[in-house]
Amino acid sequence: MERFEVIIIGAGLAGLAAAYTLAGEGIEVVVLERGEFPGAKNVSGGRLYLNPVRPLFPSLWEDAPFERKIVHEGITLLAKEGSVALEYSGEELRRPPGHSFSVLRSRFDRWLAERAEERGAAILPNTLVERPLVEQGRVIGVRAGGEDLAADVVISCDGALSLTAEKAGLRTPGFPRDYAVGVKEVIALDPGKIADRFHVSEGEGSARLYLGEVTKGMFGGGFLYTNRDSISIGLVIRIEDIGGEAARSVPALLDEFKERPEICSLVRGGTTAEYSAHLIPEAGLRGMGKLYGDGIIIAGDAAGLALNLGLTVRGMEYALASGYYAAQAFLRAKGKRDFSAPSLEVYRSLLDDSFVLKDFRNFAGTPDVLDNPRYFEHYPELAAAVFRDLYKVPAGSKDTLFSTVRRHVDLKEIWSILKDLKKASAI
Amino acid sequence: MSENAGLKAKLGLDVFKPLGKPHIRIRPGMEKDSRLKAAVTGCPAGLYTENEKGEVTLAIDGCLECGTCRIACGTDVLDWNYPQGGEGVQFRFG
Repeated sequence: MERFEVIIIGAGLAGLAAAYTLAGEGIEVVVLERGEFPGAKNVSGGRLYLNPVRPLFPSLWEDAPFERKIVHEGITLLAKEGSVALEYSGEELRRPPGHSFSVLRSRFDRWLAERAEERGAAILPNTLVERPLVEQGRVIGVRAGGEDLAADVVISCDGALSLTAEKAGLRTPGFPRDYAVGVKEVIALDPGKIADRFHVSEGEGSARLYLGEVTKGMFGGGFLYTNRDSISIGLVIRIEDIGGEAARSVPALLDEFKERPEICSLVRGGTTAEYSAHLIPEAGLRGMGKLYGDGIIIAGDAAGLALNLGLTVRGMEYALASGYYAAQAFLRAKGKRDFSAPSLEVYRSLLDDSFVLKDFRNFAGTPDVLDNPRYFEHYPELAAAVFRDLYKVPAGSKDTLFSTVRRHVDLKEIWSILKDLKKASAI
Repeated sequence: MSENAGLKAKLGLDVFKPLGKPHIRIRPGMEKDSRLKAAVTGCPAGLYTENEKGEVTLAIDGCLECGTCRIACGTDVLDWNYPQGGEGVQFRFG
């Protein structure tokens, strides 16, 4: 049986971060990737926030294939007819080295894989891991492409479904309540048009979030990111909410979103280049699976390390960081020549002390607060109705502004808003 | 263009490598299970359809391998695996 020190399953951000870190320490590491090349199966919205992960990979970022540096942050409340938009622009978003960047994962992950290979990591594409090899409750390797491969530790970074962890008995299949599906189109568009439509200069870009009618009131939202010469546009919906009373299909929702006047003017003249879909773990701390076992560490989406924070949805930094800490945990375990679960527990404490699980603890209450239909239907409609009437010049005389607002925001409404605010204090 | 034709055209933009055998199957006898309804509306590629007898069928070509159906329907209803290495969708943008 061929033997490695570490086998990593999945060339996504977690797996590649682990491979890059381990190879840099001279560890014999192989990454098994079922796609034709690293990145071929990977999808994100997507935007990467660099601040939390910059120090973990100090020399990495200089020539990273980022699409655009995000300098405008927009949120739009979409009502059935009409919308209210807010945009934040800040000099600190613009200042080097930059706060967040749009990425296209197929390009980005291929680049990261090359950096790991330069350091000596082996990456095997076209290789599906069928199952982990388990002996007396201990993971000793994997079966892949009809062959058995052995390792001191398997780092499982096989994505949100986490089939390896499931087959190793470390977790059970997920629930519709804890996952969302994201669908996305990449629409090729001339960079000059992107600059004009989003008010950005070369290399700079815009990120937008859409709430309300985009999901017909279901838990989720729409997103838009500008890339170098394309726009990523899509929506995210909780799986539990799909196929309810409204029963609008997910592809139809994306089409309707794109037809909104707020959107179609932004993508006009562009051509769709790719259509993709991906699963997102959204349960936060409650949905986090087991992080390690005997001979196995789980990182990235596979460990449930993604968070919906309302204004920001995060996963890629957690994937990169958990891959890094998985590598650190292996190095410590190697020092003791002990790859049992108690020895690998250091992975959990490294994550505990890092921004990863600090964020998860800080935002443990967020999924329950966001699980409030008022955010996805009532507030967008209310905001649009208030502004509609504030701007309206009727045939006769116009009401005072205060009474116009009060017509929509009566005592009962104020009471409901206060109740939502009280709950939102857990955010 | 009908909704379905539009979706097929969109999927036609993606790069797919031929599948050896279907990697997802509705388990025999489960075709009328109500959990499949969520796959009919939720599958981003629109691969699940319900016929007039109330049975759901799955046409695997165009699968984006997202896993929505596995989460929505569960493993009692679906025998769900990834395609073999190098098969299925290969994202160029992602």
